[in-house]
Amino acid sequence: MASFTVTHEKSPSLFNRFERKSELQHQTHYCPGCGHGIVHKLLAQALDDLGVQDRTVLISPVGCSVFAYYYFDVGNVQVAHGRAPAVATAVKRSRPDSIVISYQGDGDLAAIGTAEIVHAANRGEPITVIFVNNGIYGMTGGQMAPTTPLGKKTTTSPFGRNAHTEGYPVHVCELLNSLEAPVFIERVALGNNKQIMGAAKVLRRAVENQVKGLGFSFVEVLSPCPTIWKFQPVEAQRFVRDEMAKVFPVVNLRDRTKEAQPWAGPPPAPPVEDIPRILGLEDEAGQESVEAPAGRALDLRIKVAGFGGQGVLMLGEVLAEAGLESGYEVSWLPSYGPEMRSGTSNCSVRLSASPIASPLISRPNVLLAFNEPSLRKFLPVVESGGMVLYNGAALPEDCVRKDLRMIAMHFSSLADKLGDQKVANMVMLGALLEATGMLEPEQVTGALHSLVKNKKYFDLDLKALELGGEEVRREPLPVGEDYLWGV
Amino acid sequence: MKPQLTKGNEAIVKAAVLAGCRAYYGYPITPASEIAEAAALYLPQVGGVFIQAESETASVNMLYGGAAAGVRVLSGSSGPGISLMQEGISYLAGAELPCVIADIMRGGPGLGNIAPEQSDYNQIVKGGGHGNYRTLVLAPASVQEMADLTTLAFDLADRYRNPVVVLADGNIGQMMEPVRFADPIAVPPPPEWAVLGTARSRRNLVSSIYLEPDVLERHVRKLEAKYQAAERAEVRAECWRTEDADIVLIGYGIMGRTLKAVVEQARKRGLKVGLLRPITLYPFPAPQIRELAKRVKGFLVAELSTGQMVDDVRLALEGRSPVEFFSRVGGNIPSAEEVLEVVERKFESCLRLEEVLVHG
Repeated sequence: MASFTVTHEKSPSLFNRFERKSELQHQTHYCPGCGHGIVHKLLAQALDDLGVQDRTVLISPVGCSVFAYYYFDVGNVQVAHGRAPAVATAVKRSRPDSIVISYQGDGDLAAIGTAEIVHAANRGEPITVIFVNNGIYGMTGGQMAPTTPLGKKTTTSPFGRNAHTEGYPVHVCELLNSLEAPVFIERVALGNNKQIMGAAKVLRRAVENQVKGLGFSFVEVLSPCPTIWKFQPVEAQRFVRDEMAKVFPVVNLRDRTKEAQPWAGPPPAPPVEDIPRILGLEDEAGQESVEAPAGRALDLRIKVAGFGGQGVLMLGEVLAEAGLESGYEVSWLPSYGPEMRSGTSNCSVRLSASPIASPLISRPNVLLAFNEPSLRKFLPVVESGGMVLYNGAALPEDCVRKDLRMIAMHFSSLADKLGDQKVANMVMLGALLEATGMLEPEQVTGALHSLVKNKKYFDLDLKALELGGEEVRREPLPVGEDYLWGV
Repeated sequence: MKPQLTKGNEAIVKAAVLAGCRAYYGYPITPASEIAEAAALYLPQVGGVFIQAESETASVNMLYGGAAAGVRVLSGSSGPGISLMQEGISYLAGAELPCVIADIMRGGPGLGNIAPEQSDYNQIVKGGGHGNYRTLVLAPASVQEMADLTTLAFDLADRYRNPVVVLADGNIGQMMEPVRFADPIAVPPPPEWAVLGTARSRRNLVSSIYLEPDVLERHVRKLEAKYQAAERAEVRAECWRTEDADIVLIGYGIMGRTLKAVVEQARKRGLKVGLLRPITLYPFPAPQIRELAKRVKGFLVAELSTGQMVDDVRLALEGRSPVEFFSRVGGNIPSAEEVLEVVERKFESCLRLEEVLVHG
């Protein structure tokens, strides 16, 4: 054997031995002349040069490079077809010091994973994406890729790719170049040694950008696939150089690395004992859990109903919160719908001295109706002996039930007097509390205090409660001692 | 901490953060959007990650990445979004990655509607993705359980290295009840197998590919053994007033609440009706149901689906007891009165016998 001099050592970022099943040991699974081997070598060299082997997490895709982890002695995550940029995003966000490389082929990145690459780029994820484009599906045996040049025959474009039926080759670099966030986008080729040496520098840049925390870096590599193209390796290289490069210009499309601000990473984590406060769970000083008032077998099943925007859900929430403050078991269940105004809205609130089996209410004993449709809808199911408050000057003639306590009052007009129709709900609540005495005023005020953070609205709500109470006091209702309790 | 009035969907996020979860990846969908909204509010404040992904396909793969990097990760969605996630859930199970996904069920199929249903049972409990895998499934019936079972979900996910689904419905997600939250725990150290981008974890590999049939079979058998271990150790169900029951009602989630009201009403009429509410849907409380079958006269399963969980009840019983089924769908929720009427009609003979015994 002739003597030789080693000019390039094998990169330490590549394994010495590729663990494969016995008869294939010591071979790579890539075909002779395949571009992946070259890109692997260039990438490994870049990792070594930058000293980041230990920090690197390589995301292997689906396609011929599905086994990239056979070769790279780095942290490895193998993922679903096309999803590598989403996985890479989460690895990088979780471990900001890691160097995350998403390594993908053309079917993976430009077809099934189009959404993931576009959005990772658009978020400016500070990762490095290597896009190996050989214009064909290699692993599955030669089907058309989104990047297959026009006229090229494949097993799924047997008459040649036709723009009218298969569309045009997708230019991913140009597509991503329409986004604001990426800092580095370049297309390189493996058409000859000169191009390969150029590609080495660009790949190194793309990793270095990440080491510096500069942002999203993308390198497209025009790469030969002699086996599927049915070319000799040398012919395949020529095809890359002369044909692929005509369709996909070998050019730097963006380099904003000079202007880019290094990523600061996530904010520091607070101490664990601060977490309840951050989640709004800290007990306010002096507040203790209250026992339910003894001797009251309270079981309120309240239906609040009206138009969206009338404060129906809020009124229910105040009742539930005040009930909780008073030591009762409570539940609040909204009828939820598309988020738009002027639809109907209702909620079910239960306040009970004993555990609540179901938060659903089929037979309410209190109905708070903000409009006529709501009154008509729920009045028939109100339990005999219950109470109805209706937002209207008078009850419609056919909506009077003798077995119920019914109050009709134009709460919205009363709220208008206070200058804001939105507090009609609190006027009605004031009336309800006055008529039934079901909750102590301070519990209701306390509930409002924790729910309404704006001082102006809080004060207005208190005035509204007071006004509602006054209106009922003016025309007191003959409410029995045991009324509503224990029904 | 004292009980706090909390919306079901928000309880999931608060419990998750308290359990050391530091990443949320999701896409908005009614009736689950409050999960994403609460996560967007709280996670950045605790040094965590929140990303509104471009799709559920992306968000489930972000879970894959976050879990691979050794972080406790959460996502939330509803039927249509969960359908999109199924690919990723299969990969998570195959790669043995822990994560928690909340499914706040709505009406289907297709776009269906946004009202509550329980029609994701099959796609979640039976594994809606490809391959031999299971997800562990927890079914909260109250907001307190939304919190408690989320905490449990993170522990189970880590213990079994498997996705865990908190399967609730629109009502449980949207309603508010008082919740007593657990104390916060420190973020658990990343597991040994995680890929962290460090010298120590450099040889770690997260993957679900096993090309050799013998190797894949070994892997699948290992997963199978893990699921069997969960079946032995993790079954949870609430049995209520079943000690002397002639008829046992079975329902989970919001239906379990309605059935509790049915039992209350039935008992007031002297009818011996009890409730079995599965808390884990996988593993399914088949042993508990078989045990009850030794002494009850029949079961009635009620679901907000045309009959999904009822198959598991029938499989558990293998013909030992009559099983009746009642359902409402499309977002309709039956009243307790409606169900009680069905119970009385379906089990007229058993219950009449009871009356004779009581009065005779």
